[in-house]
Amino acid sequence: MIRAVVTIVLATLAEASRRRILLATLLLGVAFVILFSVGITFAQAEMVREGDSPLQRPLVLGMLTLAGLYAVNFLTVITAAFLPVDTLSGEIASGVMQTVASKPIHRGTIVFGKWLAHVIVLVGYVLLIGGGVILAARLITGILPPNVHLGLTFLVLEGLTVLTVSIAAGTRVSTIANGIICVGLYGIAFLGGWFEQIGTFAGLGSASTIGTVASLIFPSEAMWQLAAYSMQPAIARDLQLTPLSPVSVPSPLMVVWTVGYVIAMLAFAFRSFARRSL
Amino acid sequence: MFGFLGPNGAGKTTSLKMLLGLIAPTAGQAEVLGRPLGDRSARAKIGFLPEHFRFHDWMTGHEMLRFHGRLFGLSGPPLEWRIRELLKRVDLVDAAGRRLAGYSKGMLQRVGLAQAMLARPELVFLDEPTSGLDPLGRLLVRDVIREMRADGTAVFLNSHLLGEVEATCDRVVFVKAGRVLTERRLDARDESVAIELRVGGTPPALLQALGAHGTVHADGDGRVRVDVADAAVAPELARAVVGAGVDLRAMTVRRPTLEEVFLDVMGQDSRPG
Repeated sequence: MIRAVVTIVLATLAEASRRRILLATLLLGVAFVILFSVGITFAQAEMVREGDSPLQRPLVLGMLTLAGLYAVNFLTVITAAFLPVDTLSGEIASGVMQTVASKPIHRGTIVFGKWLAHVIVLVGYVLLIGGGVILAARLITGILPPNVHLGLTFLVLEGLTVLTVSIAAGTRVSTIANGIICVGLYGIAFLGGWFEQIGTFAGLGSASTIGTVASLIFPSEAMWQLAAYSMQPAIARDLQLTPLSPVSVPSPLMVVWTVGYVIAMLAFAFRSFARRSL
Repeated sequence: MFGFLGPNGAGKTTSLKMLLGLIAPTAGQAEVLGRPLGDRSARAKIGFLPEHFRFHDWMTGHEMLRFHGRLFGLSGPPLEWRIRELLKRVDLVDAAGRRLAGYSKGMLQRVGLAQAMLARPELVFLDEPTSGLDPLGRLLVRDVIREMRADGTAVFLNSHLLGEVEATCDRVVFVKAGRVLTERRLDARDESVAIELRVGGTPPALLQALGAHGTVHADGDGRVRVDVADAAVAPELARAVVGAGVDLRAMTVRRPTLEEVFLDVMGQDSRPG
């Protein structure tokens, strides 16, 4: 069982490497971090030149860092959706799966192996771009966002939600439909997130409720809000200055919900793939 | 060697997929190698080459065999030896380091066959293994199938290339619309034979007399084929012709070709168009 999982994981990683998926991810991730570094370097230099107050400087630079992390959040979601989007549906459609699934292995092994391989790539990607932005900010401006470990964990959990849905849907629907489902769910969560923020800010209970429901349907955006909340400077949090500073912070229960969501999606993927005709 | 014959859409591939656990039957039960359908310990002793075989085309031939070997639970030097042995057998030693994306159809079929043989299976399912191959490729596949049989491997051959089946199988079943119509041994000596007569005329009395010995197919051109259970009735047929006052010009005894049997079993109505 374990050996079969390792075989599937290694084959999936080898495929990602052979098809230059890893290279593309790495190169664009590095380009992203470089662009962020250049941007924040110039911003800081200009602020020093203009003689902005030392009180204002960390606030703006902190916000720029959070903006970088916001882009990280977006890239994480999209990458998590597309990395495994055809890993099952593609092999089912092409017929590759027939010889694989007729081997003396449990079908769940195939799903779990592919899931695990993509989780490895995703975690590496979040650490590369998320960690890269944080490290660049620390090295260039000396500012380190608080609770970095917690923030990155939430980002990984956000990606994990999308990735697991992508794997689960791949057991049932075609590659393109799968992509549409993942991005569509993200859209729902995204809109729900903003409804919740603006609703809470304006004291509109209904909007806030809609946001909560959207987060229950697809908790990715809630994980970003937790990441943003935990990594922003205390002053920005208190002032609620930017759209990146959540007004309404998801409760810790949402973390439990999200972990349960991932486990349930994975269980669904096992069951669905075990039962389908190949 | 077991041949599974039937027209397109008869349910051959579906049956095979059920036996491999790839699809679940809607009703009924079956056993493969003494185990229920889809049983993993049975699948460890089964090799399979699907009809529209596709493999990870980013892998090299060698990597593909290693991947599938590991899924069979093989590893280390024994797996590598087995791969080398099979690559030699299917004549792909030189191409083993090339990616499958660059393989021809014949090469893919051969590496697929090697994949099916990795775990020295007791039973191999081959779904149309020679379709789309050139004569040389066909010959190689046929040789490999014969060797499998010599090694004691049972081969389940799905095919509608009747010549192919006739050349390799011991036993065939005919299926149509999801049902087995009949089963036949191709190696049995007492199997029915076709006696072909060329006669001076085919008056009804003659056809009736011949009909007493077997099934008569007359084309009105002086050619009559009588399918009989035993070649020993041949002299009696000759006597019947002469007795009816008809000239007997030629008489040959031969086994009916599988194609004749196939058309008989399926019925003429199953001809397309």
